[in-house]
Amino acid sequence: MNELAITVIGRDRPGIVADVAEVLARLGANLTDSTMTRLRGHFAMTLICVGPAAAEVETALAPLAADGQLLATVRAVTPDGGTTTTGEPYVMAVHGADRMGIVAAMTRVVADAGGNVTDLSTRLAGAFYVVVAEVELPTGTADTLAGRLTEAAAGLGVEVTLRPAVPDLL
Amino acid sequence: MSGAPDGPHLEACSEGYVGLGDWVPGALGDGRVVPVVAAPDPVLSRPGSEVDPTAEETVRLAADLVATMRVSPGCVGLAAPQVGVSAQVFAVDVTGHPKTVTGHGAFVLCNARVIEATRWKAGREGCMSVPDLTGDVKRASRLVVEGALPGSGETVRLVTDGFEARALQHEIDHCSGLLFLDRVAGAHAIYQRKVYL
Repeated sequence: MNELAITVIGRDRPGIVADVAEVLARLGANLTDSTMTRLRGHFAMTLICVGPAAAEVETALAPLAADGQLLATVRAVTPDGGTTTTGEPYVMAVHGADRMGIVAAMTRVVADAGGNVTDLSTRLAGAFYVVVAEVELPTGTADTLAGRLTEAAAGLGVEVTLRPAVPDLL
Repeated sequence: MSGAPDGPHLEACSEGYVGLGDWVPGALGDGRVVPVVAAPDPVLSRPGSEVDPTAEETVRLAADLVATMRVSPGCVGLAAPQVGVSAQVFAVDVTGHPKTVTGHGAFVLCNARVIEATRWKAGREGCMSVPDLTGDVKRASRLVVEGALPGSGETVRLVTDGFEARALQHEIDHCSGLLFLDRVAGAHAIYQRKVYL
């Protein structure tokens, strides 16, 4: 069984998800994990599918990209057997005046502490920039990391908070 | 509904409850409508100073907050940092909002703090100082808050729930230099605002 990483991005319009999903369904490609969202007027889909060969999917998606408004890529990837959670889950929120390098600097601090970013989104609203990242941190390192993040944020002139992400188990 | 008492259930089950009594925002005098600042203005990220609730400048600030809140469409709360003043004062009025359960009408609190916070629930929040984004934030849906009334300086202990509880926590956060963005639930919990009032 092939595992495929597929990206589709292009100018937003009604029907992109339906068009792409129909192609995949017709080929018997099972859509597993995905994110699909609108980013500043562009619609971006990142999906993992299981099923046919990459070339077959690429050919089938080609007509959707024919008008030059959508870009689709398909790559075979090695199945890794699922996600392993190794650390403590935290949410890092960063906000402040937009400038170059906020994500780079803050995620470097996380990476240097052995933290893993599992989910991240950014929003630019006027001159105001917001980063929210879900991170997994090595056990017991959050307090030290919070201090380092505060220092890094001060250097960038932005605000940062690091809070435990506590799920409600029902 | 200004100065309306708590619902009987909440009042009955709250020890030490001290309501707004006969306090009304009109006692503050006429306030000015003042400009609201937007993020990333640094005043929004600074913890506000404690104030003397009986001081004339506090009463003026309280009146300005009420006046500005009243002319701002959809606004149910406004904190001093949002008008550029780094102080622990905020106005709230959830009267008439469809999500309101318990409401105390329009009021202003100084140096407010959360005494009890229970029954946490997620909900989507916006903010006049972050006009283009909203976010999902978990807040206590049952809340006991203590603070001082501007003018008399009398300490009140309010018990509330639901939407008013959410508004109070949002405003108390402002007074501590926090935005709702500092409490969003996760990477997919912030949104471009879709509806402007």
